[in-house]
Amino acid sequence: MAGYILRRLLQAIPVLLGTTFLIYFMVFAMPGDPIVALFGEKTPPPQVLEAVRERYNLDKPFIVQYLLFLGGIFRGDFGVSFSGQPVSEILADTFPVTLRLAILAVLIEMVFGIAIGLVSGLRKGGIFDASFLVVSLILISLPVFVVAFVAQYVFGIQLGWFRTTVGPGAPIQDLILPAIVLATISFAQIVRLTRASVIDTDTQDFVRTAASKGLSRSRIVPVHILRNSLIPVVTYLAVDFGVLMVGATVTEGIFNVPGVGRTLYQAIIRSEGPTVVSFVTVMVLIYLVINLLVDLLYAVLDPRIRYAK
Amino acid sequence: MKIKRIGLAAIALAAAGALTLAGCSTSNEPAAPEGDATAIITTNGSEPQNPLIPTNTNETGGGKILDSIFAGLVYYEADGKPVNDMAESIETEDSQTYTIKVKEGQKFTNGEDVTAESFVKAWNYGAALDNAQLSSYFFESIDGFSYDENVAELPGLEVVDDLTFTVKLKQPESDFPLRLGYSAFFPLPEAAWEDLEAYGENPIGNGPYMLAEEGAWKHNEKIDLVKNEDYQGPRQAQNGGLSIIFYATQDAAYADLQGGNLDVIDQIPDSALSTYQDEFGDRAVSQAAAIFQSFTIPDRLPHFAGEEGQLRRAALSHAINREEVTDVIFSGTRTPAHDFTSPVIDGYSEDIPGSDVLEYDADKAKELWAEADKISPWSGSFQIGYNADGGHQAWVDAVTNQIKNELGIDASGAPYPTFAEFRTAVTDRSIQTAFRTGWQADYPALFNFLGPLYGTGAGSNDGDYSNPEVDALLKEGSAETDLDAANEKFQQVQEILFKDLPAIPLWYATVNGAWGEQVENVQFGWNSVPLYYEVTKTAAE
Repeated sequence: MAGYILRRLLQAIPVLLGTTFLIYFMVFAMPGDPIVALFGEKTPPPQVLEAVRERYNLDKPFIVQYLLFLGGIFRGDFGVSFSGQPVSEILADTFPVTLRLAILAVLIEMVFGIAIGLVSGLRKGGIFDASFLVVSLILISLPVFVVAFVAQYVFGIQLGWFRTTVGPGAPIQDLILPAIVLATISFAQIVRLTRASVIDTDTQDFVRTAASKGLSRSRIVPVHILRNSLIPVVTYLAVDFGVLMVGATVTEGIFNVPGVGRTLYQAIIRSEGPTVVSFVTVMVLIYLVINLLVDLLYAVLDPRIRYAK
Repeated sequence: MKIKRIGLAAIALAAAGALTLAGCSTSNEPAAPEGDATAIITTNGSEPQNPLIPTNTNETGGGKILDSIFAGLVYYEADGKPVNDMAESIETEDSQTYTIKVKEGQKFTNGEDVTAESFVKAWNYGAALDNAQLSSYFFESIDGFSYDENVAELPGLEVVDDLTFTVKLKQPESDFPLRLGYSAFFPLPEAAWEDLEAYGENPIGNGPYMLAEEGAWKHNEKIDLVKNEDYQGPRQAQNGGLSIIFYATQDAAYADLQGGNLDVIDQIPDSALSTYQDEFGDRAVSQAAAIFQSFTIPDRLPHFAGEEGQLRRAALSHAINREEVTDVIFSGTRTPAHDFTSPVIDGYSEDIPGSDVLEYDADKAKELWAEADKISPWSGSFQIGYNADGGHQAWVDAVTNQIKNELGIDASGAPYPTFAEFRTAVTDRSIQTAFRTGWQADYPALFNFLGPLYGTGAGSNDGDYSNPEVDALLKEGSAETDLDAANEKFQQVQEILFKDLPAIPLWYATVNGAWGEQVENVQFGWNSVPLYYEVTKTAAE
């Protein structure tokens, strides 16, 4: 087990180096001079341009810029944004917010998705099943910004149940509405995944055996059916958590959440190399850790899965 | 969630109560101000792109904050008229050497006196090449300024005594005093020099507001300002402070105004432009801004030099129906241009000789184009370059379609994916088409719309336009000591520009804003930012 974890963590090193290099290269290769854009429609004198470029190492060749950046990271220095704010501070400000939003969204879609999927699967073909198939179809086909705007208008402006945008400090109660919106992206997938998996498990021999042993339905459903149906769902949730961290851009923009998506989007617009790469690096890290956790969780769900060697 | 609702109801009740109370008090003493002097006004802003150092801030997000926490030598009234703020007097005899006296007893919020030194040191820092300040070009007319070598102390700035200093310019410039309200010219306290980086995070100013506390700038979220009780200038805050909330999108700010979370906004998202005036009635504003928009045709493009070029430029201008584009594409939120400046600037005129070239006249356009064809037949296609990330496609398509239809030539937009890419192509002159241009004035003066854009070799002369007559008139106008006489020269510059058309004027931007029921006395300044210190709020939350 420990060996397995160590091996997985060591694998992360080349992945991280590769992604940072690729991302840094992509930001570098983005056409146009970000410093020129800082001046808006006005044309700065070339000498001033040069001096500002020098300040951010942008006058150096790509590989030097990258190595300087990488060297900084090993010393815990992620560089500074154009606004002079240390990127590490921006990371510390924004990641907790998006993490909270994403966890909330995953919780919502997990609880409702699995519950509804389970009921649908057990009553295949019934009214409940049929109506939720329709609902999930609608949710899959609606773009997230439509859901977001409608939710903001109806629940924020008209009914006043929620604050229209997320207030300073991003308190949990303000994050609920954006989290629900975010959850709708994957909610339908989870319903369908759980349903299919439950239907599949329900016809397995061990379920029939359990029933013939005289076990009650209330024992068979949670222990035999649900537990064995969860592996594909948990895998999906892990991937989904990563997607949510990244996909929050639209939702964060509409609800003005001071999180990763919004900040990253603005950093990309401004071609702020250090900010973009640092953000992506941390995201990759989170993604790797969660996938490791999920792989370990498999063993809990299905004891036949072992991580020997 | 119910709590929120009840909370809102309570606030609404309190508001109603306060309104009634305020109503009573006004009937007794009509002169009393209605606002609650401690109420915090919430408004929209954007995360400053740079540390809050006056000479390094050149965008509106940071500018809005700096204008509130600093007081310059002068400030601008809503119509752009400069009024002394920190200055006791600004005097000159030849428009080249200015003697500036600072009012006695003005203080920074850390207790330091505002002195002549506070200005001179800050300006020297801003001007020095080594410091790479984004607004350094504001000091280029001061004697000794250089882009080639670092000048730590400008010889043109001299401290006479504690409260007096002199400014010597390279040449006479009559509108120099008009510039002094711009943030680049704000003073800095001694405390700033200990650690400028840390200072930029928690700036100490001398204006009507100050930071609510150390760390009041919550990055990407908001900045809280409170009234500076020590400020003695004319911009006395009628409220307790400002909470400037940073929004990533205009839509989010607008939703917050609708939802009652925000008092004043100075931007309306495109999606609400056609409805916001109905929704907010007399709490909505749409007025011309000091923003001029055009497209520039560089001389170096084939067929656009000399006499042929003049004919083609005039033909293009006549082919564009500005009224239609501003109505249909912009729902009336742009004003068709009548000159090269802006209606909010002193000296603006709609009747400059030659300005009829801006009138839509299809026959005239065809005629002029045919005349040009006699000199050298047209070949190729006419394109207007723009950045695709800024919402310009609609009007570029409309304008090039009009050109296509009226002149019977091939015309289209030439999009660049990002603003950075577009501006780089313009700056390094690699762009081989006409391209969109815009100018937001730094200070309310005609010269600011003309000198930097059309003077030979001037900073933002992106089309490399050069006309000795224009240069001479700009210089003469600057040398005038009387502003009206100067403006007359600048109008003559525009007469020439209407013939040469280095850029085709399109329209002026308008500022579109709205405010909630709880606030009053909202007035927008010449630079499209509300005069926050005047805003009063009837109910405290």
